[in-house]
Amino acid sequence: MRKQARLLFAAVMGASLSCAALAADEAKKEEIKAPAPLFFDKPKEESTGMTGKQIAYDRRLGNCLACHAMPSQADAEMPGTIAPPLISMQLRYPDKAKLRAQIWDAMVANPKTSMPPFGKHKVLTEEEIDKVTEFVYSL
Amino acid sequence: MNKIILAFVGAGLIAGSLAANASPENDRKQIINTYKKKYPKIKLDQYVYGAMIYDDGALDQYKTIMDFPPFEGVIEEGKAMWEKPFANGKTYAECFPNGGKNAAGNYPQFDDKQGKVVTFEMALNACREANGEKAMEYSGKEIGKLTSYARTLSDGMKMNVKVQGPAAQEAFERGKNMFFQRRGQLNFSCATCHMDNAGHRIRSEFLSPAVGHATHWPVFRGGDNLVTLQQRYAQCFNQVRAVSLKPGSQEFNELEYFHSYLSNGLPMKASVFRK
Ligand code: HEC
Ligand code: HEC
Repeated sequence: MRKQARLLFAAVMGASLSCAALAADEAKKEEIKAPAPLFFDKPKEESTGMTGKQIAYDRRLGNCLACHAMPSQADAEMPGTIAPPLISMQLRYPDKAKLRAQIWDAMVANPKTSMPPFGKHKVLTEEEIDKVTEFVYSL
Repeated sequence: MNKIILAFVGAGLIAGSLAANASPENDRKQIINTYKKKYPKIKLDQYVYGAMIYDDGALDQYKTIMDFPPFEGVIEEGKAMWEKPFANGKTYAECFPNGGKNAAGNYPQFDDKQGKVVTFEMALNACREANGEKAMEYSGKEIGKLTSYARTLSDGMKMNVKVQGPAAQEAFERGKNMFFQRRGQLNFSCATCHMDNAGHRIRSEFLSPAVGHATHWPVFRGGDNLVTLQQRYAQCFNQVRAVSLKPGSQEFNELEYFHSYLSNGLPMKASVFRK
């Protein structure tokens, strides 16, 4: 099963990955098609219609579970252990704008952070960030 | 397109934790200490097992697979390549002291005459060219196969990368900057994953420490997929949505120089299974 997922990923690797993409050298891609770990997948073309939760879970989009557990969500399976669990967010972020700012660019609060700057580097669109913020605020 | 990428790289910070004029040996010790502080029970010579040191089940699986490696046939082919004389009757073994035994752990090395870092793969290609043969494609299948055997001649050798003289030191520093530089759309440096978060899981993958990374190449991922060290760099670049540099580029060679130095003193073992 894991192996199958890897093969799928390898197949996907040939295609280019957003703006910081791999179009660079297709020939070399062929050669470097070894299975890569699956924590961040290729970004999807468009995510309109997805809910904040779907965006947060999607490996190509938020992939928040790569690092954060979400203890209140029964379906938040196999989260990574890099970051603090996302829980009681309204208590800890009474100001929703602050929460959004954290997701938009975590380096402002902590220049050494491991968290990707989802807004600043356009990993997510502004609309997607709004939706993810709403979802995380509900945790 | 390039501009965008540069902007991302430019936004990166170089971790300021290592003093500007520290010696390579101080860097190595300081980096080892960051791991030791977090995982005092793990012995240094275990680090060659990478992410598996945090995951007992994986280490057991590894040992079972290594009893009968599925890639043994490839190493046999590499052996045949190593032993087959060039058109002029000479062999690779003649290009290295002791017939290539305990040679690989001295690479990468800085060649003052050429003014650049020379990797083991480059030394093999130089040997071919000195004997009238064409160089192999860097990091291609053929050179991977050859090194899957050639490096076994250094099994048990302690990695012994040297940084001597100002030009070597500069190459080492550039490699170090590359290691700490954030890059890609996701804005990670090598250190983000392999220092700051070593021992953590990113989703379901444990992250390995950088110390011990350089001792066992090439690896066979999933059992049969040969990956050289610099191909692995490229995979990690891709993972953070950065355009990878080319295996064999000066930047990657210098990264390998710094990165390999961190494994100094650790025992080599080629070639190994990886997930
Ligand atoms: C690669 C790791 C990683 C990913 C992916 C990631 N984060 Fe984070 N996040 C962190 C880390 C580490 C912190 C801890 C604070 C810091 O280092 O800046 C953090 C902190 C946070 C915080 C502040 C938490 C608190 O307790 O104050 C929020 C909110 C947050 N992340 C939301 C998200 C959301 C939403 C996503 C997905 C869209 C996400 N993160 C994806 C690593 C990550
Ligand atoms: C986003 C996380 C991430 C980043 C950034 C990253 N890596 Fe990795 N790397 C991994 C994962 C996951 C693996 C597979 C599990 C392991 O061995 O740690 C891996 C494996 C490796 C391995 C193979 C270790 C072995 O023994 O099989 C090497 C070598 C390596 N990385 C080097 C680098 C270098 C050099 C950089 C920077 C150019 C880098 N990585 C950046 C996540 C990352």
